Amino acid sequence: MSTLISIRDLRFAWPRQAAILQIPQFELAAGERLFIKGPSGSGKSTLLGLLAGIQQANSGELRVLDRDLSRLSGRARDRFRADHLGYIFQQFNLLPFLSVTENVTSALIFSRHKRRRLQASATVEAERLLSELQLPPALWSQPVHTLSIGQQQRVAAARALIGRPELVIADEPTSALDADSRAAFIELLFRECRRQHSTLVFVSHDPALEPLFSRVVSLAELSEHATC
Amino acid sequence: MLILALKSLWARRLTAGLTLAAIAISVMLLVGVQKIRVELKDSFARTLSGTDLIVGARSGQINLLLYSVFRLGNPTNNISWDSYQRISKQKDVAWTIPIALGDSHRGFRVLGTNQDYFRHYAYGRNQPLQLVEGRAFKDTFEAVIGAEVAQTLGYRLGDPLIIAHGAGNTSFSLHDDLPFTLVGILAPTGTPVDKTVHVRLDGLEAIHLGWQSGRKTLTLSSEQARAADLTPDSITAFLVGMNNKVQVFGLQRAINGYRAEPLSAILPGSALHELWSLLGIAEKAIAFIALFVVIAGLLGMLTTLLAGLSARRRELAILRALGAGPRHLFGLLALEAALLSALGVLLGLALLYGSLQLLAPMVQAQYGLLLYPGLPGAGEWRLVGLTLLAGMIIGLLPAARAYFYSVNDGMSINH
Repeated sequence: MSTLISIRDLRFAWPRQAAILQIPQFELAAGERLFIKGPSGSGKSTLLGLLAGIQQANSGELRVLDRDLSRLSGRARDRFRADHLGYIFQQFNLLPFLSVTENVTSALIFSRHKRRRLQASATVEAERLLSELQLPPALWSQPVHTLSIGQQQRVAAARALIGRPELVIADEPTSALDADSRAAFIELLFRECRRQHSTLVFVSHDPALEPLFSRVVSLAELSEHATC
Repeated sequence: MLILALKSLWARRLTAGLTLAAIAISVMLLVGVQKIRVELKDSFARTLSGTDLIVGARSGQINLLLYSVFRLGNPTNNISWDSYQRISKQKDVAWTIPIALGDSHRGFRVLGTNQDYFRHYAYGRNQPLQLVEGRAFKDTFEAVIGAEVAQTLGYRLGDPLIIAHGAGNTSFSLHDDLPFTLVGILAPTGTPVDKTVHVRLDGLEAIHLGWQSGRKTLTLSSEQARAADLTPDSITAFLVGMNNKVQVFGLQRAINGYRAEPLSAILPGSALHELWSLLGIAEKAIAFIALFVVIAGLLGMLTTLLAGLSARRRELAILRALGAGPRHLFGLLALEAALLSALGVLLGLALLYGSLQLLAPMVQAQYGLLLYPGLPGAGEWRLVGLTLLAGMIIGLLPAARAYFYSVNDGMSINH
């Protein structure tokens, strides 16, 4: 399996603060399903920000898809994120003024690369994903605020998956769901990631989810200076 | 991006609508005031058209203009009939219109003149006077009234008119022994002609037979009056039209240096311009108020955008996650402000021109002001462009804040 993420001597500190992340070495192979655990404030969101190219490391190397994000310009990192990443937030992470289908296709606005990778029209592809994620067709043209939290998370998953990004990042996406919905959502997410050959990085402070993943790392162990 | 901006705006349609309304109303007011200013100025300048010189007794040009054209104030002196005759026979003079003022009819000025008045007097864009009813006077005791006189007094053709001595609203010295008959009503012109009662010079002369020092000493019948020599001794002023416009200045100089009598000849355009510049202060004040209304409207938009921005940090974070760079978000917010400004301006113009279409006939009928609802003029386009530009510039502030938020917040949506 090829390496999707490769980290060497990565160091990140917010301005005038001590380093929040210092990762000597880490690698993630393509197709893996990684669970990163750690309490609030441990730097999980910062690590995701670095992987998504929003923040930039102070030193060291962070390679995603063989591109060193720490050497790319802000614009190139934005383009990289648009083209190769799918992102799922905790909750309320949809654009309230768009319908369900429009929210899914919104991931294509900033990426020609993702649009080119579609096998059908954007709407057809969005509907396929929504169908795979078991969202009833009656809801597809509805405004997103009429959906339950669980349904909204499935829309968010479809948005992250459209255009077959190589890396899908999920930032505590199940924290608002009950235990049954949580497991069902993760199963659906796994299935779609597998189908699309997307690698999944899943962050949560909920240890109950650990057994579902092929690989689990603790941020405290990963990062020498991670604060708890 | 445009669709995203439009949908985002539509989602906030209540606040966006109110902002739009504020901009639209301010633009409507600003452009409306500008349009009325221009039309008022044009209408003012169009009070008299086609006349090359106004000649009166020696006085300042505004005073002469006020009494001869606007029927305001009183002349310093009269012009002798001989001087009038001599000047009107100059070779370059195409026509003259004698004007004799001094009497009134129920508050409206009475103007003594001749048939040339209906032939040569023009206003607006060289529009001649037109009669909506009846005909021009032919007989000594016939009168033609302006549109406003007819409307206010409710006169019909054939009605008798009694002229009062002097120019007040109420006069106890009436020329009631020699009434005039209404034979014509003029179409509205939006000029002082509308407020004037026109009679023949000999008619005016006739009613003053037997009057001395403003008092009636002798009562005459119309037959007795007609039998008398009704050539006037003097007139108040006269309008001159030239055959050759190049000769206007030459004749003006000659009249101003006329030895037999102290006279003044003025160019109507220059006098109207000078008079307008005196009246311009009030008009500028109104324009300033309208300008401040626009500033208030744009500040309202700024407040709405800035206040809404904190609530939209989540939206910005989501867009960041989708690959939007800070520049995209800057562009999105700037585009939103530009859209609001553009829609506000368009709505304002639509409201203004819609209102003009509806109100122009009423304004013309009531105030004699001709408001052409045609396309906006250069001045109006400039105001519209400046408002749009100001809106776009103001929109850069929330856009800069969105840029700042997107750099600092990243994809954190815990706001």
